[in-house]
Amino acid sequence: MVENKKYVNKYNFAFIDEATKREIRRKLLKAVAIPGYQVPYSSPEMPISRGWGTGGLHVTLSVIGKKDVFKIIDQGSDASVNACNLREFVHMMTDVKTTFDTSEATLIQTRHRVTEEELNENQIYIYQVPQPEPLRGVERYENKTRQMHGEADYAKMWVSIYESFVRHGDIMLYAGYPVKVNNRYIMAPSPIPKWDIPNLNQSKALHLFGAGREKRLYAVPPYTTVEPLEFEDVKFHTEDFTGLACFKTGYKKAYLDELYFDNGERHFVINDSNFLDKLMEHSPLKQHSNKYIDKIEA
Amino acid sequence: MGYVAVKGGTDAIHNSQELVEFYRLRNAATPLDVNQIRSQLRLAVDKVIGEGGLYAPEYAAIALKQAEGEVFEAAFILRAFRTTLQRRFYSETINTREMFVKRKISASFREIPGGQILGPTRDYTQRILDTGKAGETAHEVQSFLEAFESKINRDKLQEIDTYGKVIDLLKQEGLLKTVDPNDDRTLTDITREAIKFPAPRSARLQMMARAETGGLMAMGYSSMRGFGSAHPTVGELRYGSVPVMIKDPSGRTRYAGKIEVTEAEMVSSVSIGKKNAIPKFTIGYGLCFGQNDTKVICMGILDTTMRSPDVNAPANDQEFVLYHTEGIESMGFTNHLKLPHYVDFQSVLGGIREAIKRNGEKTPEKKPEVVEMEQ
Amino acid sequence: MSRTDDNWLLRVRNLTKIYGEPNENTLNMTGPLFNSNICPETDAIVACANISFDLYPGEVLGIVGESGSGKSTVVRLLYFDMEKTAGTAWLKPYNNGLANILEESNQKKRFIRNHLMGMVYQNPRDGLNFRFSSGGNIAEKLIMAGNMNVGQIRGRASELLEKTEVPVQRMDDRPSSFSGGMQQRVQISKAIANNPPLLFLDEVTTGLDVSVQAKVLDLIRELQQDLGIAMIVVSHDLSVIRMLTDRTIVLKDGRLVESGLTDQILQDPQHEYSQLLVSSLL
Repeated sequence: MVENKKYVNKYNFAFIDEATKREIRRKLLKAVAIPGYQVPYSSPEMPISRGWGTGGLHVTLSVIGKKDVFKIIDQGSDASVNACNLREFVHMMTDVKTTFDTSEATLIQTRHRVTEEELNENQIYIYQVPQPEPLRGVERYENKTRQMHGEADYAKMWVSIYESFVRHGDIMLYAGYPVKVNNRYIMAPSPIPKWDIPNLNQSKALHLFGAGREKRLYAVPPYTTVEPLEFEDVKFHTEDFTGLACFKTGYKKAYLDELYFDNGERHFVINDSNFLDKLMEHSPLKQHSNKYIDKIEA
Repeated sequence: MGYVAVKGGTDAIHNSQELVEFYRLRNAATPLDVNQIRSQLRLAVDKVIGEGGLYAPEYAAIALKQAEGEVFEAAFILRAFRTTLQRRFYSETINTREMFVKRKISASFREIPGGQILGPTRDYTQRILDTGKAGETAHEVQSFLEAFESKINRDKLQEIDTYGKVIDLLKQEGLLKTVDPNDDRTLTDITREAIKFPAPRSARLQMMARAETGGLMAMGYSSMRGFGSAHPTVGELRYGSVPVMIKDPSGRTRYAGKIEVTEAEMVSSVSIGKKNAIPKFTIGYGLCFGQNDTKVICMGILDTTMRSPDVNAPANDQEFVLYHTEGIESMGFTNHLKLPHYVDFQSVLGGIREAIKRNGEKTPEKKPEVVEMEQ
Repeated sequence: MSRTDDNWLLRVRNLTKIYGEPNENTLNMTGPLFNSNICPETDAIVACANISFDLYPGEVLGIVGESGSGKSTVVRLLYFDMEKTAGTAWLKPYNNGLANILEESNQKKRFIRNHLMGMVYQNPRDGLNFRFSSGGNIAEKLIMAGNMNVGQIRGRASELLEKTEVPVQRMDDRPSSFSGGMQQRVQISKAIANNPPLLFLDEVTTGLDVSVQAKVLDLIRELQQDLGIAMIVVSHDLSVIRMLTDRTIVLKDGRLVESGLTDQILQDPQHEYSQLLVSSLL
């Protein structure tokens, strides 16, 4: 009897075909060679919706190997629904070990947070990026922003920051604060809070950014200078949690989530779920250190 | 009740997936037959293959069944499926002059070679809800088909001709604007590389060929209503099947099968630019899989408008039209707002609270201006 | 200022801009003798051709002519708003005057525009970004020249607005809420923000009320005396030319027909077109 092969579901390791993986890896190498520069790529369709992490997935699936240990977080939490969905997909397509433990992971995919725990030289940190173009707010056309990056013509960006300060007394930019990479390109770090920005500077890990819908890849190699845009006398500062602490651990030196209990009471808790777990279990832990966080007492 | 951790995400997802299946099946006395979807919901299948960018009507029917009839979802499923397929060949350019025509009309001329063939169209039906369709029986279907067959006069059958195009008539008379052979001939493959602007025409047509029909319709309509520059005439609209030819490794051309396409050639008059130059006609082109008049007409309109950028006309703006009619991307991004955004929101909350504090400390001296936050 | 052969500020030779497709007869069949810029054979438009002049530091040169004479074209070519068809221009402070600025890379042209030139357009919308405050517009010039200190930027912006008699309290307002005359003053502040040696003024008072015109012209004259900037003033209005300029060149149909000291041209015009212009002076 002839077997009906028409409806068999069979996929390549990590879902994406090898030719496309090679293309993505070549583009990633180019991105690493030009820190902060957006490299256009084919961005093939995925079974996941555009805007829900296809870019991050492209990078993960092109880079992942059988021996990798994979961690994925969304808004700092491993257990968040979308992180669960993507973790299942990656595991289903690669059979690779997954973990919630930051220090155990070799590949970490994230939506909008950098881990509180320090990253090391063996780790690759992969960002899901909604809008890769940091100048989109001041210039809506792609062909103009491309030219602006090419000529390092960032005046409009700087003036918009100046205007923000002049109108409101402070630079009203929040998650996704624009940064200058390697003293050349202005880059969109994805909507991570300002709290995380200093941890990109001279990081030990390799940081890769995938914007699937907009079809751009970019990278920050290890030990690269990453500086938030600021004036000499109007400086960047992280979110202010003075007077607040995590209600579970009393810890003050981490990015906090605001919660409302059923009785209307307001409390704060550490956002990074694995970091919180480790603190509560008194596990050994090394947090990122930078000039902003070092000023705060634990 | 105190703090409820947002954990158990995997369980929630699995339960949700089961609920989806439950909603799909709970009132299903008989499971839908994929063949029924393919034959009796033919136009939905055509839309799905057109927007999925994959000519596979049977798989499109499965996708529609899987997606409970949601055409965006089904097109998305088909697109994702397409990525897993290996690409073995590029076909030769299809020649729509060789089309086995099922429908062929022109609004520009009263009579055209081969005549105006209405074909299977709802254009001239009345949209009166036919409740009789609710009780359609297999017997009635059979009777209708037999009666239809019997009306075909077998003595009057002729050999099927292929028909010349209306635009060929215009070309013969020298009425068409001549095309510079060096102008905009770059052939890109939008599924293999990211589009950069200004985009070559091959990229624009490819993007529109698999764009979402409603999006294209809105943009085409806007042009006709004055928000764009073009209000063309249908030079010719065709629907039918065309053969697909590929070259095998030895160089011989082989027949791979046939596909159904709809094609539109929209005619506009345009001035050449030089003083005293005689105006000529240009063609705006549209082509898509399956039967979809609306899509190809709007493609033709937008092909024309996108050639001349105009600050006041969204339909003339390549970036605006092409980015925002891409169905899978727009659906994804608009819906992504449902994802948790509490970290970014917390960041904004902090900033605004501080601004309020700062403002409370200053004496108010002038009217506050409207805040524009560019994110 | 003594003019030797060597201490020129700006030297322009054979500046030409043609739209469309010229042929070998285009230049010979257009110009003041033909009363037309349009080539009868190819319909190419000769916006300006073979314009040559020198400008010395602190000097004010007028370019006068009617619509279609090419006067705005000259200035826009020199400010890199458009690409030349032919010609060379050297600017002494840039590379000691040895490089043809019209052929430099985009990056270098931006450097020249930011540090060595200022431009005031007839329409404030061409010179100002209406999405930014007036202070922000000035800040843009200062930031492009490398100033990254908000305190200093605001200090300098206030200073400039004061100099151009714009109320400093309006520094953070957008130009859309200003009168036409005030918008021009903001443009002027922006143009001189980096103390450029050269300032272009393209029909800057055309379209303003007469009393406002007079005030803006007064301001320009004062600034010129205070700062010693060299200026090129484009106008179809001879009274503006008379008030502001030391020397003048007269353009018709894209060609230079007369040049010389402003006073001399006004008293004793040589070319018949200059005579026509002067005689129409109210």
